[in-house]
Amino acid sequence: MSRASFYIPLGVFVLILSLGYVGFDLGARNDLPSALIDKPFPNFNARLLDDPEQTVTREQLLGRPTLVNVWATWCPTCLSEHEQLMLIAANTDVQLVGVNYKDRPEKALQWLAQFGNPYDLVLDDRDGLLGIEMGVYGAPETFLLDANGQVVYKRVGDINPRIWRAELAPRLKALGVAITDTAEQDSKDAS
Amino acid sequence: MTRAFGIRAVFVRLGLLVWLLGQASAVFSASQIDTFEFASAVEERRFKALIQEFRCPKCLNTNLAGSDAPIAQDLRKVVYRLVVTEGMTDQEVRDYLQARYGDFVLYNPPFTSRTWYIWIVPLALGGLGLLVLLRLRRSVPKHTGGLGPSEQARLKRIVGDTQPDGVESKQR
Repeated sequence: MSRASFYIPLGVFVLILSLGYVGFDLGARNDLPSALIDKPFPNFNARLLDDPEQTVTREQLLGRPTLVNVWATWCPTCLSEHEQLMLIAANTDVQLVGVNYKDRPEKALQWLAQFGNPYDLVLDDRDGLLGIEMGVYGAPETFLLDANGQVVYKRVGDINPRIWRAELAPRLKALGVAITDTAEQDSKDAS
Repeated sequence: MTRAFGIRAVFVRLGLLVWLLGQASAVFSASQIDTFEFASAVEERRFKALIQEFRCPKCLNTNLAGSDAPIAQDLRKVVYRLVVTEGMTDQEVRDYLQARYGDFVLYNPPFTSRTWYIWIVPLALGGLGLLVLLRLRRSVPKHTGGLGPSEQARLKRIVGDTQPDGVESKQR
């Protein structure tokens, strides 16, 4: 009895301690899973950043795998992932769509002129409404859509060479996107 | 007597402090939403209850009402639009946000195959605690019920037969 009254509380204590450890460890990665995974990308009707007269809808993105990258000029991490996006644009035939999130269009256009434009098209989401449809809560965030517009993957945070190699490139290949060797070679050098 | 009164005064003051802090936070959150206008008091009450209910996706442990994060400000506007302009019910607003931001925004997550343990573990731990408590309570009388026959025999041996009545009377 006295043994049990010693070991049972000790066991419970250790259990709580390990639960806490696991819990805080999980909390350290604060990216929440997207509610959109394996669901269709939301419908939208957004203006083009460089041509506000023209609007784009979801249907116009379909037919080929698409990366949707949420970015803004106020977001330093977006600048740090920019180089990797340029590499992806140069070395793959994936459709790269930018969502300029809660930004000022003139600043965004100047940013693209200064650092280069990796996007096939950029949507103007200055009020963040498209972002809310997508479940965006910060920038950068990147969604991978298959040709039917289903969301197959979401990355919260920057696309860096490690993420490209480990998470993005295999999924692009699985969707049938052609990747030239230099894309991987370059990203290996960069890491 | 005075000491008991002192302790009570401390509790009263603590209670007052908690109440004041509660008022302060109410004023604080009200100051963040006072740009919204409502046609009816019911709508306003529903809006306030809803933004209290949802978790800010960016800030992990704050609700929409209490956060100044840009996404929380945007989502307050969305909740306002859904309630006032689109006339959604509370449940429709919940479904709308959950469809976009997942179970995470609900402080009150549904019981699913992914979330069962956050419901079960506290209950199981509570049950375990209750079990331990019951066992402890049951074992307590054994120690306070006086000496057992073998222990009394041992006591007699040690003390001797000189004062058996004295020992007995002292126990009474």
